[in-house]
Amino acid sequence: MKDILLPVAHVFALVMMVFSATMLAPLVMAVWELDPALTSFIISALATFALGALLWLGTRRFKRELKTRDGLMLVALTWVALPAVAGFPLWNYLPINFTDAYFEAASGLTTTGGTVLSGLEFLPRSINLWRHLLSWLGGMGIIVLAVAILPLLGVGGMQIYRAEMPGPMKDSKLTPRIGQTAKLLWAVYTGLTLLCILCLRFAGMNWFDAVCHGFSALSLGGFSTYDASIGHFNSLTIEMVLTIFSIIAALNFATHFLAWSQRGVRAYFRDAEAKAILGVLFGSCIGVSLFLYFKGTYADYPTALRSTTFNLISIAVDSGLHTQDYSRWPIFAPMWMMFLSCIVASSGSTGGGIKMIRTLILAKQAHRELNQLVHPNMVRPLKVGGTVIANRVVFAVLAFVFLYFMSIVTLVFLQLASGLDFITSFSSIIACINNAGPGLGLVGPGSNYGVLNEFQTWVCSAAMLLGRLEIFTILVLFTPTLWRK
Amino acid sequence: MKIIILGAGQVGRTAAYHLSREEANDVTVVDQNEDILRDLQDRLDIRTVNGNASSPRVLEAAGIASTDILVALTNSDEVNMLACQVAWTLYRTPKKIARVRSADYAERDTLFGENGIAVDVWISPEQLVTEYVARLIRYPGALQVLDFADGRVRLVGIRALQGGPLVGQALSTLREHIPSADARVAAIYRAGKSVKPEGTTVIEDGDEVFFLAARENIRVVMKEMRREEAPARRVVIAGGGNIGLRLAIELEGKNQVKLIERDGKRARRVSEQLKSTTVLHGDAADEELLLEENIDSADIFAALTNSEEANILSAMLAKRLGAHKVMALINKPSYAELIESGSIDVAISPQTVTIGSLLAHVRRGDVVRVHSLRRGAAEALEVVVHGDADSSKVIGRRIEDISLPEGTTLGAVVRGEEVIIAHHDTTVQADDHLILFLTDRRHIEAVEKLFQGSASFL
Repeated sequence: MKDILLPVAHVFALVMMVFSATMLAPLVMAVWELDPALTSFIISALATFALGALLWLGTRRFKRELKTRDGLMLVALTWVALPAVAGFPLWNYLPINFTDAYFEAASGLTTTGGTVLSGLEFLPRSINLWRHLLSWLGGMGIIVLAVAILPLLGVGGMQIYRAEMPGPMKDSKLTPRIGQTAKLLWAVYTGLTLLCILCLRFAGMNWFDAVCHGFSALSLGGFSTYDASIGHFNSLTIEMVLTIFSIIAALNFATHFLAWSQRGVRAYFRDAEAKAILGVLFGSCIGVSLFLYFKGTYADYPTALRSTTFNLISIAVDSGLHTQDYSRWPIFAPMWMMFLSCIVASSGSTGGGIKMIRTLILAKQAHRELNQLVHPNMVRPLKVGGTVIANRVVFAVLAFVFLYFMSIVTLVFLQLASGLDFITSFSSIIACINNAGPGLGLVGPGSNYGVLNEFQTWVCSAAMLLGRLEIFTILVLFTPTLWRK
Repeated sequence: MKIIILGAGQVGRTAAYHLSREEANDVTVVDQNEDILRDLQDRLDIRTVNGNASSPRVLEAAGIASTDILVALTNSDEVNMLACQVAWTLYRTPKKIARVRSADYAERDTLFGENGIAVDVWISPEQLVTEYVARLIRYPGALQVLDFADGRVRLVGIRALQGGPLVGQALSTLREHIPSADARVAAIYRAGKSVKPEGTTVIEDGDEVFFLAARENIRVVMKEMRREEAPARRVVIAGGGNIGLRLAIELEGKNQVKLIERDGKRARRVSEQLKSTTVLHGDAADEELLLEENIDSADIFAALTNSEEANILSAMLAKRLGAHKVMALINKPSYAELIESGSIDVAISPQTVTIGSLLAHVRRGDVVRVHSLRRGAAEALEVVVHGDADSSKVIGRRIEDISLPEGTTLGAVVRGEEVIIAHHDTTVQADDHLILFLTDRRHIEAVEKLFQGSASFL
């Protein structure tokens, strides 16, 4: 076990040192604003760097090239351990316990966006910046970032890239070198974020809010600097900007890159996932808004459409920003939104859940089975968007969906056993495992995760990590063969 | 450099491995076998594309539009040539290298180039391997014989043995031993580790010594390292495939050649193309047959069939039955390592022989020839220096003043027709061909930089 863990710890130490540099942003903010969280950030940044450096020096003897299993372990270790490091400034400065600090940081890094904090508008700006920055870093992936800037992760880079990037088919690279691919993805991500920030500024936010919400929108995080989230602004323009960028972030970044390099939108029409996502979102917005209008939730249709569009799309793509307390809507609407949050985001995006590609594969597989019953001799490969999907991929998808549902069932039962009501248990797990953000009931948009006790909060933290790493990467840690020589 | 490799066979895979481990190269491999590609992608930092190598759509997916070098290494000559043509016609790919095995195509120079098929460089691994084996047979005792400057200079790898006059002596005495012939020891490997060759270095029994010398001096120098062996006369070749047949054609005038082929029809076809060679139909691992054909008096037994396991076994058998020196064609590097210290005298690795001719084209600067050595850990290369004393870091300087990277030896200078063995006071001139030996391939970038000169000459 020592031989397996220590070489991984050596690389993890590097990731930690790189990560400590990201704390400089809130630190500078704190100096600028002269806010009281400054010492917390100074201590955290130094401690993180020192810990990383010590670990690096201590494990130098074990340095070797990473193998497949090391890659998996590195990703899992990073995602489990980093929230503790990232939560340190929050824990140090705010009057919250470690459980809540870990949850808040994990919620940021996994781009969930559920929070345990209230009175967000009264927090020091540096703390808010840190929360949003965590979302943004977690969106494209800490490890992908590490692959992009640390050349030493060459061949092993592909394995860890695969362990962190969402989606069932990850063998296609944008460029031959994994490091370059990672760089390009980050470049696209950064470019879109800057664009979103500018749009938000012009839509009427101040610079600070624009930056924070730009981070939230592109990472599909869902943190806000206000308790009322986007409802605080009550601005149609801001809602439209955020909706558009949320949809962009829910599509595959490789498709964005292709569209950019071809200077045209053809790439989107070729992307079966993108078409399905847009179709489902459009249909759902119309349907749910009509439902709310006829149920009398909203007196006039335009208001119903506006509220539905923003909140439904935000939850469906696993962002979690909101303008309304939609948990008060007739139960069909929020439940439908929860359902969408499971399937809508695209592979290779910053969203969570099963991902649209897996949904499409399973739907086509079901269709194929039905046809096979009618025509037993039929030969028909499974195609999505004109590409044949190998049976190997179909099996992997089936296994994934099974594990996904079993994880939900297990975690919901844990919540129920701890004494939560059904709606809260169910929605908190769905919202966390899909990295969506607010749930329903006690953890709905009108309230937050602060009401949960320590055990329930840990269960939610586990759900978020499972969801972000698409379950396999975390579960593989519990596979005995991984630890055998 | 952006490189596309077509075909993930033995040679393609080795090329991908060698090229991708150099930071500067972006490698994409195209093949029809998805399983091989997946396996390759797991081990190397490359992109893979599944599909037919000559299809424009597949080439496009592999990024042909921005590619610098296309290397077509599939096992079909026709696909290779067509892929190069497609790449040139549709995408103007600057450099196209194709594997062309069939001599029928390869020997017609006008078939390729300007008015013919758009192939810039064509290589035939079989031909390269044949030449390599033929050189080994010409210099008995040598482990490797590599050509530079059209064969005027050769790099010879040899195992020093007790009985050679230089063994047990310092290198500086070489000049006193053989005043007439000049040579330069480029590298010494002792128990697998490189030892820096300096004047005071003493050659020990069992050392693997690499030296550079003009072609005519090689035999004299070899005699210093081990007792001279009589030139090979009787050669037995196992396997009448492409390599076996070519080797027999090459050798049959000078040597007494016997060729053993298992397949009856093939044996007949081979015999039709040969003049004085005795073609035998039978199994090379058949003890009776070998004894009947006087294997005990054979100077060289070369196992060159397609199956490396069969090669190893038949070579071992031949050695036990009394063949003087046995060679086996072995693809897997791990096998080669395993047997070279044992009962087989020389392991011939087709990939290492082939890869050098590819590497020469991806090196920056004017690199004429590259030989990959010691399973890719070391490299010997021939560089042409351009420019003048101002623009170049080497021209007009004495060799002792040139700061070569660690583990690099400048062995020889070829100036026009003249071969000058490098000494500390030799001065480098413009357009000289320098022959360098790198014991550690990782310093290749430093070497490239040193010889690239200033930007104005690129």
